[in-house]
Amino acid sequence: MGALEKAFYSPVGKAVSAKAGLKEPPRLRRGRTWPDGPIVLASIGGGDLASRTMRLLGRATEEPVVDEGESAPGYGSRIGALVVDATAATRIDQLEELRALLRPAVRAIERSGRIVVLARPAAGDWEAQAVARALDGINRTVGKELRGGATATLLEVAPDAGPGDLVSTLGFVLQGRSAFVDGQRWHVDAANQAQDPLAERPLDGRTIVVTGAARGIGAAIARTLARDGARIVAIDIPPAGEALAAVANEVGGTALQLDITAADAGLRIASHVAQRGERIHGIVHNAGITRDKMLVNTDAQRWASVLEVNLAAQMRINEVLLDPATAGGIEDGGRVIGIASTSGLAGNKGQTNYAASKAGVAGLVAAMAPDLAARAITVNAVAPGFIETEMTGRIPFVQREVFRRSNSLSQGGRPEDVAETIGYLLDPSSQGVTGQVIRVCGQNLVGA
Amino acid sequence: MTHNAVVVGGNRTPFAKAGGPFAQASNHDLLTAALDGLVARFGLAGERIGEVAAGAVLKHPKDFNLTREAVLSSALSPATPACDLQQACGTGLETTIYIANKIRLGQIESGIAGGVDSTSDAPITVSDPLRRTLLKANSARSAMDRIKPFASVRPSHLKPQAPSVTEPRTGLSMGEHQALTTERWGISREEQDELAAASHHHLAAAWDDGFFDDLVTPYLRVAGDAILRADTSVEKLAKLRPAFGGEHGTMTAGNSTALSDGAATALLASEEWAAAHHMPVLAKVVDAEVAAVDHPGGDDLLLGPVAAAGRMLERQGLTLDDFDLIEIHEAFASTVLTTLKAWDDEDYCRGLGLDGKLGTIDRARLNVTGSSLAVGHPFAATGARIVPTLAKLLHQRGAGSKGLISMCAAGGQGVVAILEAV
Repeated sequence: MGALEKAFYSPVGKAVSAKAGLKEPPRLRRGRTWPDGPIVLASIGGGDLASRTMRLLGRATEEPVVDEGESAPGYGSRIGALVVDATAATRIDQLEELRALLRPAVRAIERSGRIVVLARPAAGDWEAQAVARALDGINRTVGKELRGGATATLLEVAPDAGPGDLVSTLGFVLQGRSAFVDGQRWHVDAANQAQDPLAERPLDGRTIVVTGAARGIGAAIARTLARDGARIVAIDIPPAGEALAAVANEVGGTALQLDITAADAGLRIASHVAQRGERIHGIVHNAGITRDKMLVNTDAQRWASVLEVNLAAQMRINEVLLDPATAGGIEDGGRVIGIASTSGLAGNKGQTNYAASKAGVAGLVAAMAPDLAARAITVNAVAPGFIETEMTGRIPFVQREVFRRSNSLSQGGRPEDVAETIGYLLDPSSQGVTGQVIRVCGQNLVGA
Repeated sequence: MTHNAVVVGGNRTPFAKAGGPFAQASNHDLLTAALDGLVARFGLAGERIGEVAAGAVLKHPKDFNLTREAVLSSALSPATPACDLQQACGTGLETTIYIANKIRLGQIESGIAGGVDSTSDAPITVSDPLRRTLLKANSARSAMDRIKPFASVRPSHLKPQAPSVTEPRTGLSMGEHQALTTERWGISREEQDELAAASHHHLAAAWDDGFFDDLVTPYLRVAGDAILRADTSVEKLAKLRPAFGGEHGTMTAGNSTALSDGAATALLASEEWAAAHHMPVLAKVVDAEVAAVDHPGGDDLLLGPVAAAGRMLERQGLTLDDFDLIEIHEAFASTVLTTLKAWDDEDYCRGLGLDGKLGTIDRARLNVTGSSLAVGHPFAATGARIVPTLAKLLHQRGAGSKGLISMCAAGGQGVVAILEAV
């Protein structure tokens, strides 16, 4: 830690920066925890999917306070979350109903509270499609206005999806697991899932392969998924073997020292899993590298190594593991997870190669998802923003402080925030979520 | 009831020169690291293993329970029992035999054999006169009596005693002994340097192939064997000055093993346990033998394995031709070369009480992924390095492939074993 950084974090430095307007960032609620205050449930146009899903989650709900009069009414005390079922909202005047629900709720929402809106994917007449898009604008703006670590989420739910399809998603969003997911929108399709409650250990007895597991986000993924019951196959390059072994032993998994760019990498993963008499429920393609340079200084070698490790290698591995003939491959009903990046979605100076690979991952999951739907294999990606790791810890202090505050939560995310989102996507009951890229970025100011 | 004892796999730290990157690591640290890598490879965290047997040649008195303490520091279940064994440079093979025998007898279903040595962590002791003085002072009753014994301490008594690898009965170091053997058997400098160069080249090729990806776990940021010189050659080795056998000696630092730090482990199990736990099965332990020669009476100190191998092969009804691979521990290049000569010497073998000579071997089957000259030789670890390496090589060649391990050890002893791919 440099002298400037030490001074900044000293009591005096904190007092000075607070006076200058730099507030101490809010402490986020994390893990499998629910909001402290009551969960308020409302419906616009009579949709009942939210209320049926809340019942499945086993959480009590309360009636909303609606802003109808001259003076804005209040809740009187903090509320934990507002869940609005807007699945029947198709008219502009129904947006006013949403405003009337949001105004008192945003004022009363607790720290790390949640505003969740359920809507339908854009469909129907011109007005209905305009309204669908309007909800996205509202969601993004509410995310930016909320304070104290509270977040906003818009879930687009397919018309024939039932509570069984939505339970893992709504559970994830309301719980602390989604701490660093803010201002995001994603789709939940109908997958005809049984009406089971939220599982405490959804990955119990399932084999999950995590590449790049020796440290940072990969190690956090291994730990979080093991907490959820997964048997972890932890993979990293042979020179990282010592840290890899420590992670594998900590989570009671196995370590496989393997360079994912090796031609036989897919087969070696499969034979490791097959040897143990298992098949793969999910693979998390977390391994990645950066070789940052401005484009004018980027040569073919820097270009190739990043695309090879971050994109081409996982495609080769997927091909082997998705072959139903491969012993130790991915089972039907399995999960493939890629790691994109806000750098890929928004572009980032000095990272053309990295942005290419990470935007490529986003394109890959969108392409794979429909092709694997028949085997009930879902394919999704998470796109981390600024996450506090050893890697980002090496960014010069001032630059780092700017990066970590440039989002609606005014702080960097933790590796476990990325891991929790991956755990949600791996959950067998998240069957209706596929082809999605979920940003774990605290609603980063860049990256749409 | 008897069982097959099979080698499931292994794990070791990279080996490095004494005083090198592992200089600050103790035997305990090294052995724990090797165990933890093995646990991670086979998913044994929290598992109770039947028994762990390991040892070290150079050991601090405080490490009287070295292996058990390393088990407690490792990710294995603390209910895993352990014991220390020591058979000089043969320790890592002797622990394998001990564990395999228990498995074959059904006393345990799984076990870990290992060995560790750190010549950087060698026990430094005090001289005998100083030790007597300290004991006397310690048992004194008054303060005056406590001080008095120190009056007899002389400066020479204060010199710490570093351990040495000299033979207590001959006063000769192992290298000096081997120099006598080298001359007696007429082993040339060129042959020794060729063998040393081949060891380095074979080891380098194996690393390049990724052969050690599932046999070695990096330690203290060292990812590969640090003694390995991939670019060495007979020409380069020929330039080194003799280290043993006087100025006309043929043994150099290049064709003798370096003092090394490292630890190695091998996971063994009954076939039933391996199947029930979905573990790979590489090779079974077929047989083993230990023999000794009368080196104070003039025998070659490091040729103990000749009688051991001869007796074991006769018992098994096997000849050297039956082996697909042969591992002869490279204490010195000339140890390997004299062992090969002795195996093919009718008179010498009959003199050991064998029916006749063992014969010659195809050198293409010898130490195919390198051995101690290139890898290094942390004394007690070497046997536990060779066992999983050979087991993997045999497994790659297919079921029924046989391998012979021959290791010389201090005190004129030799430890040998046969593995057969399953």
